[in-house]
Amino acid sequence: MRALAEDGAGEAAAQAGRRRRAALWAHGWLALGVLVFALPIWITLVGSTHDAGTIGRGEVPLLPGSHAVENYATAWAEGGGRFRTTAAAAMLWNSALMALLIAAGKIAISLLSAYAVVFFSFPGRMAFFWMIFVTLMLPVEVRIIPTFQVMVDLSLINTMAGLVVPLVASATATLLFRQFFLTIPDEYVEAAKMDGAGPLRFFRDVVVPLSVTNIAALFVILFIYGWNQYLWPLLVVNDRSLETIVVGLSKMIGTGDAQNEWNTIMATAVLAMLPPVAVVVLMQRWFVRGLTETEK
Amino acid sequence: MATLELVGIRKSFGAAGVLHGIDLSVADGEMVVIVGASGCGKSTLLRIVAGLETPTAGRVLIDGRDVTPLEPAERDIAMVFQNYALYPHMSVFDNMAYGLRIRRVPRAEIRRRVEETAALLGISALLDRRPRQLSGGQRQRVAMGRAIVREPRLFLFDEPLSNLDAKLRVQMRAEIRRLQKRLGVTSLFVTHDQIEAMTLGDRLVVMHEGRAAQIATPMEVWARPADTFVAGFIGSPAMNFLAARLAEEGRAAALAAGPVLRFADGPRPGAEGRRLVVGIRPEHVEARAGPEALPLAVDLAEPLGSETVLHGHLPGGESLTARLPGGLAPQAGEVLPLLLPAEALHVFDAETGRRLDPLEGMARR
Ligand SMILES: Nc1ncnc2c1ncn2[C@@H]1O[C@H](COP(=O)(O)OP(=O)(O)OP(=O)(O)O)[C@@H](O)[C@H]1O
Ligand SMILES: [Mg+2]
Repeated sequence: MRALAEDGAGEAAAQAGRRRRAALWAHGWLALGVLVFALPIWITLVGSTHDAGTIGRGEVPLLPGSHAVENYATAWAEGGGRFRTTAAAAMLWNSALMALLIAAGKIAISLLSAYAVVFFSFPGRMAFFWMIFVTLMLPVEVRIIPTFQVMVDLSLINTMAGLVVPLVASATATLLFRQFFLTIPDEYVEAAKMDGAGPLRFFRDVVVPLSVTNIAALFVILFIYGWNQYLWPLLVVNDRSLETIVVGLSKMIGTGDAQNEWNTIMATAVLAMLPPVAVVVLMQRWFVRGLTETEK
Repeated sequence: MATLELVGIRKSFGAAGVLHGIDLSVADGEMVVIVGASGCGKSTLLRIVAGLETPTAGRVLIDGRDVTPLEPAERDIAMVFQNYALYPHMSVFDNMAYGLRIRRVPRAEIRRRVEETAALLGISALLDRRPRQLSGGQRQRVAMGRAIVREPRLFLFDEPLSNLDAKLRVQMRAEIRRLQKRLGVTSLFVTHDQIEAMTLGDRLVVMHEGRAAQIATPMEVWARPADTFVAGFIGSPAMNFLAARLAEEGRAAALAAGPVLRFADGPRPGAEGRRLVVGIRPEHVEARAGPEALPLAVDLAEPLGSETVLHGHLPGGESLTARLPGGLAPQAGEVLPLLLPAEALHVFDAETGRRLDPLEGMARR
């Protein structure tokens, strides 16, 4: 009897030990993962606080230097690199405006088109739906030449509109909203009809409020999508004053025939990271809720 | 407050006919309950009245005016849905006020009406809550409130009590009846629950496969069901049906199971030997011996204290249910003599299932 009890205790201890080892193992891997992701960011952050020469000599400092203020001031107000690119302040503004317009435009258009496809029966409804669906297979890169031609014809080259409009139509968001709208019970529509709400009123008073968490989640994703656009802005804008920060950043890095101002470049890179991070942090609460539950 | 008239309402979804010509007129302030088995077209009929569905043929008249081509909003009707359909992102107040806001009722007036209605329903304390924070019964009240506050000409209810537990259902049933009487709003109430139908309705429409099998007061439906479907649908346990033939020049029914039962109220029309169905409610069956007694072989006895429900079969194989006074405790397998009192018999034509009443002028009543 006693032996059995002791056996049991020993068993439990062994089990606890095994569990602790498993936890250590898992945490070890996680820590390694974090390191792999965080190290480049740390190096960038540190690099932005040294003078131009340090990195130029091939050193990779791991501790902050003392030139933070002047590097950031230069990057913010003047830009850097071989040709003195656009100041980061202007580029940040361009990027933010572009990303905001793309996200807002995509959401507005896909909300409306999903609303039409789900709540109305009109001739060719499914045809339209499939047309939207098919554009999923044609990302910007595939249709870039015809799109460029269209923008030239509309004389939208070198304008904010030219930057934003081709990126606004969004099959993904339309599909997402469609799936969500399909879960809205018919009885809401009917109750609204009895209450006397017209289609736009119902859209505004019921459909949009019910979609807020979805909208918030999509906003985060789409803002970052817009912010990270590279190829299209590179093509459609060559006016320095409209340069976006992702494109501008790459232009700061020379081809190797002259010294790169790595300190300014890294400061600009850090600045370029901040707005997406801010959006994620600010919208986090909504974002997570939108991905996991609906307000019903 | 209004009258409602349905004229020859038909509805098909594609090739499938759902309603086959319904005529009904509802008086001002009347509560008419539409009852029938699942799938018989009750909701479809209600939705046609609401304007959510267009009839294939027929007209809907409110106060004598043809509203068939009108949109739901233009008909001035309020509907209480089975799942309540409260907007989840709006407070109780906003849910109730929504219809009024759309109709551009002044703000102060909205507040007054919502608060009055909330007081009437005992939900004043809940006005700031979201539907999610309410119990089923409270949601039910809010859904009613949303209908009442509009002061519509017509109330439509589509099985509003079916999501509540049994006790709450009884309570809300009484409450709906009380409110409807007090407000005097003409109402249509759909249910598949016969108790709800019997207790709520001024009149019932018993629907069967897209037709109105009978339109009458609850007592009339119970006492003189128009056909075998209605007879079997209303009443619990359901009415017994026995095969018979017309005998003694229409004055009696010869049961397939043996005895010849003379009608208490006069002869039925038809040739000698016409095939009949004789109906009798379980509670009218008596456990007595006599020359016309039927021997019931008991299959199952359910003693409920105050009464005993017997299920058994007759020599011919027909099954019969009897509700007898409590205390009687026959065992399964026992054979019991039962009498079918002549006053309690319902006579139906076997072919059509229609009720057969005594010939005019010869009835003794
Ligand atoms: N939109 C529709 N399209 C095709 N068929 C339909 C449609 N709506 C209802 N029906 C059919 O019409 C018939 C009647 O439906 P209805 O909803 O009126 O029944 P009900 O009497 O209300 O039943 P329940 O008690 O189950 O609610 C059913 O057979 C149903 O399948
Ligand atoms: Mg129904």
